[in-house]
Amino acid sequence: MATTDIHVQQGVHHDDHEHHEHHGNFWTTYIFSEDHKVIGKQFLLTGMFWAVIGGLLSIIFRLQLGFPNANLEWLRPLLGGWITDQGKLDPEFYLALVTMHGTIMVFFVLTAGLSGTFANFLIPLQIGARDMASGFMNMLSYWFFFLASVVMFVSLFISTGPASGGWTVYPPLSALPQAMSGSGLGMTLWLVSMALFIVSTLLGGINYIVTIVNLRTHGMSFTRMPLTIWAILFTAIVGLLSFPVLFAAALLLIFDRSFGTSFFLSDIYIAGQALPNSGGSPVLFQHLFWFLGHPEVYIVILPALGITSEIIATNSRKPIFGYKAMIGSMLFIAILSFVVWAHHMFVTGMNPFLGSIFMLLTLIIAVPSAVKIFNYVTTLWQGNLRFTPGMLFSIGMVSFFLTGGITGIFLGNSAIDIQLHDTYFVVAHFHLVMGSAAFFGMLAGIYHWFPKMFGRMMNAKLGYIHFWITFIGVYLVFFPMHYIGVAGFPRRYYSWTNFQTFDGFFDLNMLVSIAAICTFSAQFLFLFNFFYSMFRGPKAPSNPWNSNTLEWTTPRVPGHGNWPGEIPSVYRWPYDYSKPGAKDDFIPQTVPFSETPESNLPHENDLIKLESTGTQGAVVVEKKD
Amino acid sequence: MTNLIIGLGVVLILIILYLIFRVSNLVSLAKTRTTTTDERVDSSNRANGALFLIFTIVALVSFFWYSFAHFDDYNLPVASEHGAWTDTLFWITMGVTVVAFTIISVVMAVFVYKFQHQKGRKARFYPDNHYLELAWTIIPAIVLTVLIFTGLRAWNEITAPASEEAEVIEVIAQQFAWTARYPGNNDNKLGAYNYKLIDAVNEFGLDLTDKNSFDDFKSLELHVPKGKEVLLKIRSKDVLHSLYIPHFRVKMDAVPGMPTQFKFVATKTTEQMRDELNNPNFNYELACAEVCGQAHFSMRMVVVVDEPAAYERWKQGQEAWLKQNPDYLKKVPAALREAAMISAGFEKELVGGVAGN
Repeated sequence: MATTDIHVQQGVHHDDHEHHEHHGNFWTTYIFSEDHKVIGKQFLLTGMFWAVIGGLLSIIFRLQLGFPNANLEWLRPLLGGWITDQGKLDPEFYLALVTMHGTIMVFFVLTAGLSGTFANFLIPLQIGARDMASGFMNMLSYWFFFLASVVMFVSLFISTGPASGGWTVYPPLSALPQAMSGSGLGMTLWLVSMALFIVSTLLGGINYIVTIVNLRTHGMSFTRMPLTIWAILFTAIVGLLSFPVLFAAALLLIFDRSFGTSFFLSDIYIAGQALPNSGGSPVLFQHLFWFLGHPEVYIVILPALGITSEIIATNSRKPIFGYKAMIGSMLFIAILSFVVWAHHMFVTGMNPFLGSIFMLLTLIIAVPSAVKIFNYVTTLWQGNLRFTPGMLFSIGMVSFFLTGGITGIFLGNSAIDIQLHDTYFVVAHFHLVMGSAAFFGMLAGIYHWFPKMFGRMMNAKLGYIHFWITFIGVYLVFFPMHYIGVAGFPRRYYSWTNFQTFDGFFDLNMLVSIAAICTFSAQFLFLFNFFYSMFRGPKAPSNPWNSNTLEWTTPRVPGHGNWPGEIPSVYRWPYDYSKPGAKDDFIPQTVPFSETPESNLPHENDLIKLESTGTQGAVVVEKKD
Repeated sequence: MTNLIIGLGVVLILIILYLIFRVSNLVSLAKTRTTTTDERVDSSNRANGALFLIFTIVALVSFFWYSFAHFDDYNLPVASEHGAWTDTLFWITMGVTVVAFTIISVVMAVFVYKFQHQKGRKARFYPDNHYLELAWTIIPAIVLTVLIFTGLRAWNEITAPASEEAEVIEVIAQQFAWTARYPGNNDNKLGAYNYKLIDAVNEFGLDLTDKNSFDDFKSLELHVPKGKEVLLKIRSKDVLHSLYIPHFRVKMDAVPGMPTQFKFVATKTTEQMRDELNNPNFNYELACAEVCGQAHFSMRMVVVVDEPAAYERWKQGQEAWLKQNPDYLKKVPAALREAAMISAGFEKELVGGVAGN
């Protein structure tokens, strides 16, 4: 395999940076900043805020599910009228909680909080750029997200309640205020918020792609990019292609709700009245929704896969096993993610033939996923593992990806899915494979890059405690749900006592709820650690993990423009860990082959003469086997 | 008062935790100042490595123990032909995945434990191995192909058109109840309907200009015969619902404006299941599996599986909807009224009287 990269002169203005620092006031530095690092931190803090809200909502509905007979009167100060006179949670508010938990976690935490944070923070630092291609667009991206957040947050407090038809907002339920009160103003706000959110994602995504393609430093060919950047690149492309479809779906739903169109409505008799709408199809909405919805799952998980690949390689002191296979499988996953959406719809009444096609395509996606797991495990083999908190969370993410991914083989099989669809088996599946796995990827990333974000170290011991409570807690929450699901329990049920068939598992449901409360509480350890270390943590060395990638060549706290002086050039791939012959167990990407004759592989010696020319605009031809 | 005490207690505990944290922090600071990066990988590393191994063993043991010891709690008895088939597929997939899952989990835990940091040891530089990668691309691909094709066969069979002799029953979903409509005792055909004709009484939207509708009858329990193919025609009046009969492994959305269907053969009568489970109160149940609003969780319908003869008897005993609601006779075109009364089973003398009007 041979790759040819031609590096053309990169903007002359870069050299100015060593002469002046931007001295903005408080507003331009911390609020309306165009610096990618500040924007990344803004995404992170907003994402963390939403994670607490989203987690809290889930605790409230877990109280209902785990302790169906408990008196929840004590929640009245928080929930007011949503607690009935009997001291019970209002059944409709229960659905609102489930809906908002899903929306918040999927979009606001695991899309904006994860991609937004790490794409913004890492892209320029890891590819060797001063900043994003367009700082202004980047800033807009955050502020659109902020607006979306404000609107969604406001919707939590209105008297008719927030959107409550499930995070998938299937019409007609979401289209008709007669059907449930959450489909009134709450749903309108949901749609407005999502529209703003999509704008934010698109602005960000375009920027990520342009930056990665155009602003790589000298020598940073595509085959020398860290896997995080590859993952973020695929994520951004997938997002760019799929979010507009959700936008279309949301827009058509707005038309149906407010302007009397019938895109998704037909033959409806509700609240004693036959509606005039005819000819629409609720299934059409599901196709549009899942055309985003399924790629969205990969938008959530791909950055986590990238982050953990990087962290596991670094802390195993080994190159990631099968670098190119990792890229290939991510590419394959990204492509396939667009042609599997209808596996969410096997029993919606769509043509069964479509069901067979989508089953075929869905199960194929298990192959690249399996390759990734095997490659992770092989990376651990004969490594020299350092269990930093980031490493622990990365291994945890691989574990969840395995446990949750493997149940996808059941659900992707349309014949088996008939029974399992919309049961707790599905809830267990996706919470492990994309929810918890992506969440762990995010936490791993925070622990790993905290020293570069804030120039200080987080407390490792607290990190270990946080990891073990969360890791065991997550398994205790979601593993029992498999049994509950196999027993047929449907999801989004306020209580199961109306059915003989679902009369049981009080013990497991209580266990799940208790584990959820413990896991949620443990996150405050992390929050404490995070904010305490931000100000009082020990100062970090500039490369605390002995890592190879470019961001660790910046000063302890990189300033505006990231590198004082020239941007470093890159001479090798990012995974030269424990190279035979080398004196240290890592060789940063900025070390030329000419300086490491003792550890060079034969083909790398050939690259030395290309280095010596050292001119920008050189043609680098890299040949590997 | 108690609230105040609890609050103070919590604050006190938090303060103590914070102090412990500060002290341990200072101690570790004093330690790290004198050590190099390499030595900072300390005893916690051993603890974490061991914990991974212990966790994996404990978790796997509890997984297997619970799965076997509580099998009857989570295994739902199956009572339909295709259900037995999909259950087999489920357990085959379970076998394959549990083997893979256990092996990978154990291997990972062992690697994590065994290859934890040791001073002076160097990791093995092992960037790729094409044969290995090819192997674990091809092996899962083959296993999956087998699973896909067994699944496809079942799926095609389950979703194939129902036979001509199938017992056709319509199930109608609305917020928050199910109703069944049977094709009646005379023509055995479901009459036409139109959602615009729905009112408080005519809940089916029955179109009484269609002669097939005269003998249709309504039931709040879903009766089906054992051993005979049943084709459920499913529709919804308002929002999405999903018809879900757990014991039959049946699930299909009810979509307003787009009728759907699902066919199955029940293999055990309600009585047989009661004996088998030793539970005289057992009933098959139909639930809603697609969120549909406030009382989604209470949308229940009892399903009764009868021996074919008993099923026919039950059917004969049902009164046509039109007979229960004679007011609606005036919606029947005059020319058809007599036929309607005969078909709906009105008493002979009445038939002449009304038809003469």
